[in-house]
Amino acid sequence: MRRFAQLLDDIYFTNSTRAKEKILATYLAETPDPDRGWALAAIAGTLKFDLFKRNLTKTLITERMDEELFALSYDYVGELSETVALAWPVNTPADTLPALSEIISSFQRKGKTEIQAYLAELLDMMTPPERWALLKLGTRGLRIGMSARSVKRTLANVKGVDLPVIEELWHGLEPPYETLFAWIEGRAEMPDISQALVFSPVMLAHPIDEDSELARISGETHVAEWKWDGIRIQISANSSGARLFSRTGDDISHSFPDLIEAVDFDAVIDGELLVKVDGAIGAFNDLQQRLNKKKPSKALMAELPAHVIVYDILRLGENDPRALPLTERRDVLQAFMSDVVLERFSLSDFLEFETSDDLRALREQAASTGSLIEGLMIKDKSSPYVAGRPKHHWYKWKRDPMLLDAVLMYAQRGHGKRSSYFSDYTFGLWGPEDQLLPIGKAYFGFTDEELKQLDRWIRAHKLQRFGPVQEVEKELVFEVAFDGAQESKRHKSGYALRFPRISRIRWDKPAEEADRIEALAALVSA
Amino acid sequence: MEVRPEGLYCVPADAFVDPHRPVARAIVTHGHADHARSGHGTVFATPETLSIMRTRYAEAAVAGGVALAYHQKVEIADGVTLWLAPAGHILGSAQAVLDYGGSRIVISGDYKRHSDPTCTPFEVVPTDVFVTEATFALPVFTHPPIAHEIDKLLRSVRTLPDRCHLIGVYALGKCQRLMLALREAGYEETLYVHGALVKLTQLYEELGHDFGRWEQVADLAQGERDALRGKIVLCPPSALADRWSRRLPEPLPVMASGWMQIRARVRQRRAELALIVSDHADWNDLIRTAVETGASDVWITHGRVEALEHALKQRGIRAKALNLIGRDEEDAQ
Repeated sequence: MRRFAQLLDDIYFTNSTRAKEKILATYLAETPDPDRGWALAAIAGTLKFDLFKRNLTKTLITERMDEELFALSYDYVGELSETVALAWPVNTPADTLPALSEIISSFQRKGKTEIQAYLAELLDMMTPPERWALLKLGTRGLRIGMSARSVKRTLANVKGVDLPVIEELWHGLEPPYETLFAWIEGRAEMPDISQALVFSPVMLAHPIDEDSELARISGETHVAEWKWDGIRIQISANSSGARLFSRTGDDISHSFPDLIEAVDFDAVIDGELLVKVDGAIGAFNDLQQRLNKKKPSKALMAELPAHVIVYDILRLGENDPRALPLTERRDVLQAFMSDVVLERFSLSDFLEFETSDDLRALREQAASTGSLIEGLMIKDKSSPYVAGRPKHHWYKWKRDPMLLDAVLMYAQRGHGKRSSYFSDYTFGLWGPEDQLLPIGKAYFGFTDEELKQLDRWIRAHKLQRFGPVQEVEKELVFEVAFDGAQESKRHKSGYALRFPRISRIRWDKPAEEADRIEALAALVSA
Repeated sequence: MEVRPEGLYCVPADAFVDPHRPVARAIVTHGHADHARSGHGTVFATPETLSIMRTRYAEAAVAGGVALAYHQKVEIADGVTLWLAPAGHILGSAQAVLDYGGSRIVISGDYKRHSDPTCTPFEVVPTDVFVTEATFALPVFTHPPIAHEIDKLLRSVRTLPDRCHLIGVYALGKCQRLMLALREAGYEETLYVHGALVKLTQLYEELGHDFGRWEQVADLAQGERDALRGKIVLCPPSALADRWSRRLPEPLPVMASGWMQIRARVRQRRAELALIVSDHADWNDLIRTAVETGASDVWITHGRVEALEHALKQRGIRAKALNLIGRDEEDAQ
């Protein structure tokens, strides 16, 4: 447990992702099973149970501490686990602590009343950082700035395999991952996960190069599909159940029980998740109301039912068609589609085209759908389904971004390498009373050289400071590119931009000539 | 005693303690900028505090300085005796003891009870009224021994020998305490400092402290800066993530302060290593000290006043908050 707490602190306080991964790799090499597997699960967020309830922590501290002093402390620290970790009245760290795995199994074994005594006993033995680690572990509230993806990348680097290999295994295994480590260390074969409902790494597209690649595309060699503006998902199902994964392999089944219920097949499919509004496909904005909802209400599910537009198929029964060319996979997919619930699943259409000019016209058409369709997918008919982003198989051709000239209002320092530069920018458009209304924030789209120039400009044009936020004189214009905009109550301007980035710095343009909020309103209603 | 806009005022002595505006007669407990302002008429302070003020401001700023060694008594008004007792906060820091008509009031200024070789240790002075600070007055603040934190730093220097360890410290007190603590831990490498820390460190040397070999970063030629890998550099907290730090090879930002106990504060500073080193009393010491003085009344000047007031009342001490303004908690370190 002591080593685990040290690991969490080391990762927590380190800023660079690569350095965090190095720290984790060192820990995994030095720590025996099953401790390291539990640590991995805690960090990647794959623990399936709480060791104790959050409320128990509160009960224990209020039994031991003056109520008002606790309230004042909690107010100041702002976070329960840390407050308890620091204010816990007994401060006599033991020479050794039980192993992480021993602590986990003890909690699982014990009854409710025993758990209370055991937790108090452990907290008595620990230093404040160790208490914090235990409390965060126990209630699965660890936030140490390391993503599940970064954890998997660490494992891939240790084993010397590509990330997709780990991703494919990951969802078929459970903590404490002893078979995984046995394989990584060469003591056993790769774990068999054939019966598990696992995530298979997805195939991704390259942006098309309009100058060199577009001319080679024709209806003879390629197919075209709409690129829907939802989220890319994968459904993996067999007789034991179904799971819905995001593109990065996060299990998001819990947010879409209506969809999971409608799954009645033994297959793995690739598609776009959207919601329906009054029977028609809804925009990303509508879908957003259902994302990240742990338990959607029945009313919400009835109002915005989940829907999948199916792009591809990775498994049907025992059959793995991934090596087949796309056209043959399409036959498999069509056969599959004849059996599914049609209100919930529809097949992605192949769009009719012959030449690249036809594609150009289709792309124009996509641009006229508001933000429903964000462009075209162009796929080689002979392409197999390959994980990652293989060259020359699939292209995406997004419609042109929307552009507006906005005025820089606030700047903030960046992270890591950029921490000494003002590199996060908030910009706004002119409102009805000639005041600037912030419409978004961007921190890329410029070169390193431009970053230095911007940093210098900001330091020379400082106004007030609000904590980390530096207000600047309203003089610099950015041409801002974005993929869409929607009305939003959260923003003062009433709009939120999708994927905003700096497309050009308009050193030449006077701020008064930047766009007004009406220009954005016109883009949204178009 | 009265709280006036200028600060805490002692009526029979006709003097302010640590006033934040220029006054005719001031008692200054220590040299930190929010306690020792310039422009007063007469200033009662320890010789060290007067030297610090002379270094920070112009010579003329303390023209009316009356140097009082610890325990040296002076009758500053009819029937009012003032003497200074060590406060253990920084070099020259003092508690102001005022005896008048058979009763006593002790104004602690900022103080600590943890060991600090750069200054004389805190002394408990029995009193009727104790005026205390409350910078770290919450049960969440327990300051570890400094040796423990230095050990943490040296371990990091050993495991990450490519990183230049850049420590954010307050220029007066914290900087020199850390340098000395590193030497006590057996660290013998040259220490490097930001220009803003030079003058006060030199003053400490004049007053008899030995920091071993140290150099100003600006004195290194551009080509020599790579030699700072694996070395320790001290700078003001504001320089940690500023342009100044770009010249250093792979700097690892370290922050040394009592606030570093709180994770969010560490994140705010973007520090990758947090050293909990405070020149103020922690929660237990604040309470212990108030009790040990035997004071029946404790007045609390600045910091987390409510918690301390509450805890002292529970111990049967009449405690009240004075709500002094003008103390900047971040800089009070």
